[in-house]
Amino acid sequence: MAIKLLLENDHIEGIRYFDTYRKNGGYRAAEKAFKMSPADIVEEVKKSGLRGRGGAGFPTGMKWSFLAKPEGVPRHLVCNADESEPGTFKDRYLMEFHPHLFIEGLLISSFALGSNATYVYIRGEYAWIPEILEQAIIEAKNNGFLGKNILGTGFDCEIYVHRGAGAYICGEETALIESLEGKRGNPRMKPPFPAIQGVWMRPTVVNNVETLAAVVPIINMGGDEYAKIGVGKSTGTKLLSVCGNINKPGVYEIDMTCSVEEFLYSDEYCGGIPKGRKLKACIPGGSSVPIVPANLLLKTAKGETRYMNYESLSDGGFVSGSMMGSGGFIVLDDAQCVVRHTMTLARFYNHESCGQCSPCREGTGWMYKILKNLEYGKGKMSDIDLLWDIQRRIEGNTICPLGDAAAWPVAAAIRHFRDEFEWHVLNPEESQTRNYGLAHYADPIHVPASA
Amino acid sequence: MSETPNFKVTIDNISIEVPAGTTILNAARMIGGEVTPPAMCYYSKLKDSGGKCRTCLVEVSKGSEKDPRPMPKLVASCRTTVMDGMEVKNITSPKVVDARKGIVEFLLLNHPLDCPVCDQAGECDLQNLSYEHGNEATRYEFKRRTFEKEDIGPYISLHMTRCIMCFRCVFAAEQLTEKREHGILERGDHAQISTMLHKALDNEFIGNVIDVCPVGALTDKTFRFKNRVWFTKPVDAHCSCTKCSGKARLWLRGEEVYRVTARKDQWGEVEDWICNDCRFHKKSTKDWVIEGPSKIARSSVIAQGHYEGNVGTAPTPILIDKVIGKQPKMLLDIHSISDVNKPEIHLSKIDGPAHSDDFNSVTKGAKK
Repeated sequence: MAIKLLLENDHIEGIRYFDTYRKNGGYRAAEKAFKMSPADIVEEVKKSGLRGRGGAGFPTGMKWSFLAKPEGVPRHLVCNADESEPGTFKDRYLMEFHPHLFIEGLLISSFALGSNATYVYIRGEYAWIPEILEQAIIEAKNNGFLGKNILGTGFDCEIYVHRGAGAYICGEETALIESLEGKRGNPRMKPPFPAIQGVWMRPTVVNNVETLAAVVPIINMGGDEYAKIGVGKSTGTKLLSVCGNINKPGVYEIDMTCSVEEFLYSDEYCGGIPKGRKLKACIPGGSSVPIVPANLLLKTAKGETRYMNYESLSDGGFVSGSMMGSGGFIVLDDAQCVVRHTMTLARFYNHESCGQCSPCREGTGWMYKILKNLEYGKGKMSDIDLLWDIQRRIEGNTICPLGDAAAWPVAAAIRHFRDEFEWHVLNPEESQTRNYGLAHYADPIHVPASA
Repeated sequence: MSETPNFKVTIDNISIEVPAGTTILNAARMIGGEVTPPAMCYYSKLKDSGGKCRTCLVEVSKGSEKDPRPMPKLVASCRTTVMDGMEVKNITSPKVVDARKGIVEFLLLNHPLDCPVCDQAGECDLQNLSYEHGNEATRYEFKRRTFEKEDIGPYISLHMTRCIMCFRCVFAAEQLTEKREHGILERGDHAQISTMLHKALDNEFIGNVIDVCPVGALTDKTFRFKNRVWFTKPVDAHCSCTKCSGKARLWLRGEEVYRVTARKDQWGEVEDWICNDCRFHKKSTKDWVIEGPSKIARSSVIAQGHYEGNVGTAPTPILIDKVIGKQPKMLLDIHSISDVNKPEIHLSKIDGPAHSDDFNSVTKGAKK
């Protein structure tokens, strides 16, 4: 049985209410943390090796230590709950069923960072969750865990839930800050980074929901203990939201030591692919990360077993690997068409581009139009090279990472599934009636013997 | 004066010392010539502008003296400040040249090819940019995006289809006028500049959005379709205006004032903002005191032979030498072969049609 930290009490009925949560050891970490100094909490988080769960995987403790602390200027903690990445829904689960765990994490982090006003920027489409969170905030307040002079320490903290209006771009931290300030959600130019000038030009830390919730077990068990879970620099547990062609879609907590194969086929997790179909491809970390074919998903290019952690999933770089990303595990079986899938993603990024900088604004629409032609049998062979050229010129040349996020899926699809694209060009009529199928995408890869 | 340390920065192998806090683009402008990256959205007079068009991307091959690591991505030179000992590659970096080609292609993707009927033609930044940095053809085969035409009042014509979303007019409207009536609607490739609630823009200085617009999206309605800019003659003039500096540029044909704009410097940026009254209503030479012909870049189509005081002359061979490390490629250096066409003689200073004698006298005089 794998270790569970965040979803430890998942089976307990009523865990979303304060009394039940408190009875099951809730707010123990907060009590412990308020006896520590803020610097010690940051130190514990640093020791734990916790990495940002939002997608980039930046060490949280390091991010916290970058926070500028000028005299007389308020600091803010902002929680990024604008979970809009296609395929990712782990934060939703956490906020909906474990609001107090999340609030406790927010409280401890606010204390560590000295934030008296903490904001939760929640995705607009999660229309019912703000009520759950606000109810939890009121309960916590009534029991003295929020508001003025918390636990007699003299520390004041208010948590405000702010609803977004349905823009993917507002999940980018500076666009989120702009939106929170009431402006158009356009990403800011960096530097200055939010740690220096964030919300209302005050020092700000923006963290993902899961990251902040993970602070609770870190304080409970201590940073060193937490760091023992997992492997290498992938410490602790990670929530994965699994969807696509699998038997048991849902949210799973893993400790980053299980292999991709075990995760995909064991009954404890995904439970294999339904209807006896075969695995064709997988996007292991949310729609923005590169798609990998079956043969590269289960084993790395070196022939080693691939594990569900940051390092192993990105082994081989973008040439033969992918990324852990935000943990949106999307599985495609042999009945799926990669061209169509790529087109759908391109349409999404075209729709969600903020329109601020030219490569992303113009390039995403161009890619979508070309992919639409390819999918509907009107493509040309040169279109594939053109797509490659467009994504190459978008990647890295934009203000925010959305440009990269739009370019990577297209690049990876062409890199690994080029023959499927070519088949669409060469068989315009057949491609409208059937899919390319599994082809050789699950065949074992020849690994040259190393010296 | 407070002590600002000077930072040494090297751009395309040319070193310059600039005060700390200067952006790479401004440092490059101090050097001038070809090492200056083009800028479509950055405007030194507008706070917060820049970073959006990505045409000014440069490669930082050495971060600073303290931290010599190169920057992983190309950076927007208009928003990146220099560090001491920084080394920047602009036209010497193939990566930058390639990325810029891509950016120009992106900018032109949905831009209409209506230059023949566009009032901006001839003084259009996008025309210059695509001529200097773009490809000869586009690979875009789809229908271009268009917008419904919107009437924003009697003086300014908004042609949204031509817009490249530089945000300059939004900043200008916000920073020059008291009320904000000008903003952006929608997002992505359907984002558009608009006035809130279709209000006419009646602010004192709103006419300046015409001058800051790099393309023909915002043009002067009082000049619409009256003339091509290269047929009109720009002269600098001033008037005793109480609202603005009164320093303007008149675009004449004969004695008739076709258009009034603000004066622009060699980077195409307005020197002094002018008010709507000067711009739209003082359309007679009687309203103005003419100072003399404007300085127009030699490369501009507006400078078709009839102006003196060209600025931004062709870069000297020495500069090119330093940059690319070899002799500039020249098909035929007319000046060295022929003694007839003397570049220092301004045709405008010769009375009547030029005659070979005009050149002879100078040539002989110079030799003696």
